[in-house]
Amino acid sequence: MSATAMEQLYQQVILDHAKDPYGHGLVPPHEHGERVGESHQVNTTCGDELTLRVEVAQDATGQDVLRSVSWEGQGCSISRASVSVLSELVTDIPVADAERLGETFRELMRSRGVPLDEAAQDALGDATAFTGVGKFPARIKCALLGWAALRDAIVKAGVHEGVAQHDTEHEEDA
Amino acid sequence: MTQTVDPPGATSGLTDAELAAVRGDFPLLGRTLRDGRPLVYLDSGATSQKPDVVLDAERDFYTQRNAAVHRGAHQLAEEATDAFEGAREQVARFVGVASDEIVWTSNATAAINLVAYAMSNATAGRGGAAARRFVLGPGDEIVVTEAEHHANLVPWQELAARTGATLRWLGLHDDGRIRTDDLATVVGDRTRVLAFGHASNVTGAIAPVAELVARAREVGALTVLDACQSVPHLRVDLTALGVDFAAFSGHKMLGPTGVGALYGRRELLEALPPVMTGGSMVEVVTMESTTFAPPPQKFEAGTQMVAQAVGMGVAASYLEELGMDAVAAHEHVLAQALLDAVASVPHVRVLGPTEAVDRLATVAFVVDGVHAHDVGQVLDDAGVAVRVGHHCAQPLHRRFGITATARASASVYTTVDEIEVFREALSGVRAFFGLTADGGDGR
Ligand SMILES: Cc1ncc(COP(=O)(O)O)c(C=O)c1O
Repeated sequence: MSATAMEQLYQQVILDHAKDPYGHGLVPPHEHGERVGESHQVNTTCGDELTLRVEVAQDATGQDVLRSVSWEGQGCSISRASVSVLSELVTDIPVADAERLGETFRELMRSRGVPLDEAAQDALGDATAFTGVGKFPARIKCALLGWAALRDAIVKAGVHEGVAQHDTEHEEDA
Repeated sequence: MTQTVDPPGATSGLTDAELAAVRGDFPLLGRTLRDGRPLVYLDSGATSQKPDVVLDAERDFYTQRNAAVHRGAHQLAEEATDAFEGAREQVARFVGVASDEIVWTSNATAAINLVAYAMSNATAGRGGAAARRFVLGPGDEIVVTEAEHHANLVPWQELAARTGATLRWLGLHDDGRIRTDDLATVVGDRTRVLAFGHASNVTGAIAPVAELVARAREVGALTVLDACQSVPHLRVDLTALGVDFAAFSGHKMLGPTGVGALYGRRELLEALPPVMTGGSMVEVVTMESTTFAPPPQKFEAGTQMVAQAVGMGVAASYLEELGMDAVAAHEHVLAQALLDAVASVPHVRVLGPTEAVDRLATVAFVVDGVHAHDVGQVLDDAGVAVRVGHHCAQPLHRRFGITATARASASVYTTVDEIEVFREALSGVRAFFGLTADGGDGR
């Protein structure tokens, strides 16, 4: 692997997020009866564990919004950075948008390091820093752990709208 | 007698010329990685590379002798059967047992499960009076250690759950060695099985086999030795060790994947009921019932992995020709080199004994402030292949309060120069992640 491939994998954005992650530390649920969902995920390769909690509330228009996203657990720099970026991206956005972002991120992980189109990159923001991860099949699972937890936590919160729930577990195992 | 390791210096190991010749036998070691980097393969604990003689033996079997074994009266069938049974003899001789005490399995995991499921079958009444010694129930205890690979833990958990027996275990000292101070209380009159690894695939520590076997015998418990990590690296004489059963895999001892072996003392294999049933393992079959072939065939239902078995036999002979004393002496040097390498880099901690005494050249470690996956990635960038994760030993890692380590593991073809490449790459890990060599862990 060239130094550039290593640099592509460990982008500064990733190293920064890994060092000082966003959303770290589970936020206790608010009192207003919001729907709370929690997911526990294990990366079977290394035994790393992640617990991610979401709180869903309706905004003024009646739309379900992720009011808070927080997590706890230990992991490698890729998984920590990924869940950190994710937490920052999806906090305070509609659940449906968050699920769509998750789909886009999964697509990025399947792209073998090839950047997605501009619209997708705009949507993913900091998460485009993970493009290089797609070249390292052994690390894709690390990057997807947080997103898998997010999807599961949303289901656990009892939210049924959003993009169709199709099973992508097998791709995540790749 | 249970001598497992040669005292350092007892033999001189391999000369540079011998080692170069050995390396020449392993075609894969000559390949390069991304950017033309030479491969430094330090993941032999997971699986070893294969010498030409093993690869040739498999091909030769298919091109010259391929036929169903133990069936048919034609010449090819006879030659195939000879090759298959000849391999069993090679493997048996290699570990100091009789060839009818070796059962082919697909790997060590299958071998251990075979024993556990056969005991279940005995508990269900199969095997009659002779198998009563394998019957388990509430009040009976199965003992393992906290160092076990999942392959020598989960099958016993499951057997306990199926039979109502209780699983207990021996703990570990801070250096990863098995605690025997409470051996007399953990292994007692209720103990029916004592299953333990000969050498840990994480800490590299070699178990006190003599002490454990002696205690098991005192209380009449069966011993099951997971010899996966010892057989490729040490002279192992299972008869001398006095264990009742042992399991090992071909792929870790320079042989092919898809084949492994279960050793069982003859009288035990005779009394043990079969697990897999079907063709090739029977004597007389009627619509009502079946009588079984004597061991080892009784445990080898269906068409076997003949070419792989032939390859495993050749691998055993290859090691025997090098001489296991020379192999162990060479790997003793490698163990010392690996320990020196990790000790020379600040903020690296070893999980296991830090002295090259009664241990393999298998060294698991953590780099403070850097996750094992990230350590492995930086090493990979230098062409150094190590394993990262829990190495199928989660309880062992939990015992030390960590989830994952990086592990460098050597084999007979590993050189001290390769370990120097590893050391150099390791010394750059913390800097890569913006941590200073002498500062805190940065988190
Ligand atoms: C100590 C030990 N026991 C058992 C096993 C299982 O071997 P296999 O996967 O070949 O069945 C291994 C391999 O990782 C091992 O290192």
